[in-house]
Amino acid sequence: MSTLVRMANQIAIAFRQEPPEKAAADTAEHIRLYWTGKMRADLLAHMAAGGGGLDAAAAQAMRSLPPPKTRV
Amino acid sequence: MTLIREPDTGTPVRPAAQSVTLTIDGERVTVPKGTSVMAAAALMGTKIPKLCATDMIGAFGSCRLCLVEIDGRRGTPASCTTPAEPGMNVHTQNTRLAKLRKGVMELYISDHPLDCLTCAANGDCELEDMAGAVGLRDVRYGREGANHLHAAKDESNPYFTFDESKCIVCSRCVRACEEVQGTFALTIQGRGFGSKVSAGGVDFLASECVSCGACVQACPTATLTEKSIIEMGQPDHSAVTTCAYCGVGCSFKAEMQGERVVRMTPYKAGKANEGHSCIKGRFAYGYATSKDRVTKPMIRAKITDPWREVSWDEAFAYAAGEFKRIQARHGRESIGAITSSRCTNEEVFVLQKLVRAGFGNNNVDTCARVCHSPTGYGLKTAFGTSAGTQDFKSVEQADVIVIIGANPTDAHPVFASRMKKRLREGARLIIVDPRRIDLVRMPHVRADYHLPLLPGTNVAVVNALAHVIVTEGLVNEAFVRERCELQDFEAWARFIARPENSPEASETYTGVPAASIRGAARLYATGGNGAIYYGLGVTEHSQGSTMVMAMANLAMATGNIGREGVGINPLRGQNNVQGACDMGSFPHELSGYRHVSDDATAQVFETLWGVKLDREPGLRIPNMLDEAVNGGFKGLYVQGEDIAQSDPNTKHVTAGLEAMECVIVHDLFLNETAKFAHVFFPGSSFLEKDGTFTNAERRISRVRKVMTPLAGLADWEVTLGFAQALGFDMRYSHPSEIMDEVALLTPTFKGVSYARLDELGSIQWPCDDAAPEGTPLMHADRFVRGRGKFMITEFIPTDERTGERYPLLLTTGRILSQYNVGAQTRRTENSVWHGEDVLEIHPFDAENRGVREGELVALASRSGEVALRAHVTDRMQPGVVYTTFHHPNTGANVITTEYSDWATNCPEYKVTAVQVRPTNSLSAWQEQDNETSVSRRRRAPESLDAAK
Repeated sequence: MSTLVRMANQIAIAFRQEPPEKAAADTAEHIRLYWTGKMRADLLAHMAAGGGGLDAAAAQAMRSLPPPKTRV
Repeated sequence: MTLIREPDTGTPVRPAAQSVTLTIDGERVTVPKGTSVMAAAALMGTKIPKLCATDMIGAFGSCRLCLVEIDGRRGTPASCTTPAEPGMNVHTQNTRLAKLRKGVMELYISDHPLDCLTCAANGDCELEDMAGAVGLRDVRYGREGANHLHAAKDESNPYFTFDESKCIVCSRCVRACEEVQGTFALTIQGRGFGSKVSAGGVDFLASECVSCGACVQACPTATLTEKSIIEMGQPDHSAVTTCAYCGVGCSFKAEMQGERVVRMTPYKAGKANEGHSCIKGRFAYGYATSKDRVTKPMIRAKITDPWREVSWDEAFAYAAGEFKRIQARHGRESIGAITSSRCTNEEVFVLQKLVRAGFGNNNVDTCARVCHSPTGYGLKTAFGTSAGTQDFKSVEQADVIVIIGANPTDAHPVFASRMKKRLREGARLIIVDPRRIDLVRMPHVRADYHLPLLPGTNVAVVNALAHVIVTEGLVNEAFVRERCELQDFEAWARFIARPENSPEASETYTGVPAASIRGAARLYATGGNGAIYYGLGVTEHSQGSTMVMAMANLAMATGNIGREGVGINPLRGQNNVQGACDMGSFPHELSGYRHVSDDATAQVFETLWGVKLDREPGLRIPNMLDEAVNGGFKGLYVQGEDIAQSDPNTKHVTAGLEAMECVIVHDLFLNETAKFAHVFFPGSSFLEKDGTFTNAERRISRVRKVMTPLAGLADWEVTLGFAQALGFDMRYSHPSEIMDEVALLTPTFKGVSYARLDELGSIQWPCDDAAPEGTPLMHADRFVRGRGKFMITEFIPTDERTGERYPLLLTTGRILSQYNVGAQTRRTENSVWHGEDVLEIHPFDAENRGVREGELVALASRSGEVALRAHVTDRMQPGVVYTTFHHPNTGANVITTEYSDWATNCPEYKVTAVQVRPTNSLSAWQEQDNETSVSRRRRAPESLDAAK
């Protein structure tokens, strides 16, 4: 889990110079484009369990993500 | 097949705006202005006798064989040094000229061994040809006097011999070393009768010679001859193919006897290399027939079992059975594959197709993950496509060359030679690198600025360069206004102008003096065409992608994009990194860099392939290993990669591999990863298959089969066989049909086919209706994405920090004679130059630690410890050490960490906090590795019997 937390934090930091709303949207979009559904689900589960170590900006972005697309 | 012989015009023929028309032997001929009389004659099919002239180098005029008569001119000028002029009337043959030439040849032959029947050149000798051409029948001079007939041979170089007795001192080798290679290792020593070619007064092996082969190529006699020719004789047929080493992608003629390679010679018509080569492509092909090649499929139930040789059918059935079992038990996402940049586009395409359509997931990744994935992300974000902007030839128009995190003379030597040529013509040079790489100062090249930054501070340095450009009014406002997103530019300009981005603010932590940054920025912005070339010193950082975008910002702000001589040019590490990425190897992208979630794109693939595709991205390599350690990822097919040696934090990689239930390794050799494998598919070398490679210029070139696959199947056929056993049938009878499918599914490859490649030689994508012959230069009138996008590139220091326990920074790289994990080059004579990895350390750091030259030192990080020999050198800066990763037991990646680029997870190979101390023993990891290297490669007794 520490790996996913570090990855999410790194992404959020990379966008932190942008206005907050855009930063959150870009962080979320990056995670949607490059993470597997399971990785997103694992990090959401970590957040549900307290989210230790996850930056607020990363957490905000995660909460805005749509659920993974249903397998076709 | 016949032996391909390329024409030699004697002196170069270069395009020119103006042309001249002259008459040669009564025939009118029109040639570009600046063409020599000799070359003009050659272009109309007339061969003027010559010895010191060849078209890879400039005219010299020393052999006096190419004399001609020109109406209205006195004497008999040398045609090689006489430019063609309008109205000139030239005579190349008459009694007077014949007499002169015969006299010259008599003198040459009087001091030349007459051993033509046993000479290695045997029919491939220009001296012999000229003797025939001038009709030499007798030599009036005796052989009793002083001569060179018994001069000693220099056989020190493992690949070629210098036989001085056969040398005519034409200087072609010396000039090739200077003009083509740019090394200046050779000279003419002595005067008059005592003149001789010398490698600086020492033998070739001890000299500055880099074994590029240019001198051998240039030699008109058997003086410089490949040892393979001496041993085997002359080739009888050849095929044009593409080198399997670095991303320059040089064209070679594979010169053959039957199915044996006699030699590889660079192909002049190849646009990536234009007849030049390096030690690897030219000479280090022996790995293809190494005794270490495994040519039988093998399986084993446990990685501690000995390997058992089986038939292809049994291997396919076993592997497919295991993968099906794993998916049935652990789910569809529990298996995946890694494609290889050493494999052809066609092989990569069918493997990613197998994953997406056969495995039913997107768990496919490629070794670009650990090298240039930030290039793909950064350039796509800024410009709209994941590729470099220029062709190599563009460097000939560059006025200011910026090299960032690359060492072209070692890692991309053929392109480096082109670059050095331009530098000798006067282009200015800026180098951003923690080490004093050779290009900082070498014969006839001296960098105007070397910015010796501390590893990990790339973004801060480039931001500081941009700060100077913005705050000193050096922005090309017209370009920005016309070509870029203005709102993004303005936000970026405000950000970059902040005081914290100034050179004065950042010099304390980058280590680069502010004055140097300011000087370099002014030079780049105002010095004419500015071209940036970069390597893994840019990408393999926690901010690798940010750095690529920062460089793109720099180019856009100064208008250095969209024409010849400028651009952002990634120097790709492996031969087909670009192609492997183009073919859809990344877990989030289909071929042509289109996201898997894009319904319109996915539906095109689904229609053709007849299956539904997953719209969710798959796992990247590091994520696969994480998932394996966590118990969710159980099966991996690794084609042509050695992740146990090449990927960071070896202990984590091997833990992931050990946690899997079925690892398939598909390779030429039982590599490090194979120690953890259950199935081994023997691979085929680039000589054993048809296909294409795509180089760093986006240039697609043919790979041509010249020998039967040693294991019976080419790699693409292996993937097809495995797929069929899995129940996913892919039918192709030839790789050309795979490329046809790529073209059908990928807009940027629409016009590519084997027929077109044969016709054009090579094609740079995009190749479509708008550019039917390809696109050498990208973003000429508009960016692929429309307007160029400036991105905010805040410098964020890596979490990897030095401290009391690990006070030094380790950075890693390559050396000229070895290549990547060394699987190929270690199995050649190249190891004469580099038999082991060493640790480069500054004298100050060595002194502080009691480390002496050549002694064993322990290199430790928080990830692990290894021992290797020290090389004390002031090319390092204090506080920074360096090593290579060519030898597995060095275990350089035991030291590197799990940190990676924020956008792509490209590992941060270039920054690891370490400590160094003297030692007298190998590390525990190395001792264990020595043991497993034997125990995990055992073969069952019956297999050994069969092998015998």
